[in-house]
Amino acid sequence: MAAALPLDTGGPYVVAAYLVFVALILLYVAIMAGKLSRIERELGELTELAARTRSERPEEL
Amino acid sequence: MYGKRLRALALMTAAGLTATLALVFFWAPNDATLGFLQKIFYIHVPLAIVTLCGFVAGGLMAIMHLRTRNPRWDVRSYVAIHISLVFGVGVLITGSIWAKGAWGHWWVWDEPTLVSFLLVMLLYATYQPLRFAIEDPERQARAASVFAITAGVFVPINFAIVRLSTEVVHPRTLDNISGNLPGRMQVVFWLALASVALLWVTLWRYEMASKHARAQLRALRRLLGGEDDEPLRRSAAPSISQAGGGH
Repeated sequence: MAAALPLDTGGPYVVAAYLVFVALILLYVAIMAGKLSRIERELGELTELAARTRSERPEEL
Repeated sequence: MYGKRLRALALMTAAGLTATLALVFFWAPNDATLGFLQKIFYIHVPLAIVTLCGFVAGGLMAIMHLRTRNPRWDVRSYVAIHISLVFGVGVLITGSIWAKGAWGHWWVWDEPTLVSFLLVMLLYATYQPLRFAIEDPERQARAASVFAITAGVFVPINFAIVRLSTEVVHPRTLDNISGNLPGRMQVVFWLALASVALLWVTLWRYEMASKHARAQLRALRRLLGGEDDEPLRRSAAPSISQAGGGH
């Protein structure tokens, strides 16, 4: 099949394809960052819970 | 466990992808027919190969799930298919861009390679709805494993059938590769394939580490007597806590 465009005009298509690749990775990293911040928040809550449990039962320590 | 050596893996992946991009644009020669446009090949083809291998890997993990009845294999299979679907979307988009530049059309319906890849993607697009449709986690995991194995077998069969078809508009890549690609192009192609494969493995371990950390947090919350903030609800995504925690 013959090329539809002159050979020297492929630049924008190449850039677009590689941008799609980078965008997909960044999107994935952003989603994982959201999950990480959720884990961090829960860890903070658990730290507070552990501290509260410890202060409520000083005789066991 | 899944986070172990993740940093080294991520650094290797970043280095591999950086080297690939540098070699693609500054070292690999332009193709005699397609010119600069052919540079898309170095990202499109490795993504396609890794996607299909990822689907097969998901099937193999599902076999392990059915053989061992260990739900952790179901989680591994789920993550493998999930990441392969993301890669597959990349394959379809980069392929369409390449098709537009080379053939003047975003999509060519009578081209077996394109249509067969779309079929595989549509098949796997039903994986998440299938999981979501089944509420009981054990039944969901079993059904998902059967699906992953069946679809995983379909992938290489589909690949072979397309190879045997007579319509050869789409370029062949792994067919006598040394005869198809000049030396520099071949080096860059294999580096790109290794880098994209490393990226898949890194993301797989990254997501597994995230699921594992979350499961440990939930276990810790239960140990501390706190309320589980994640009430039982229907979900397509299995969690490691359903799999009994641990590694």
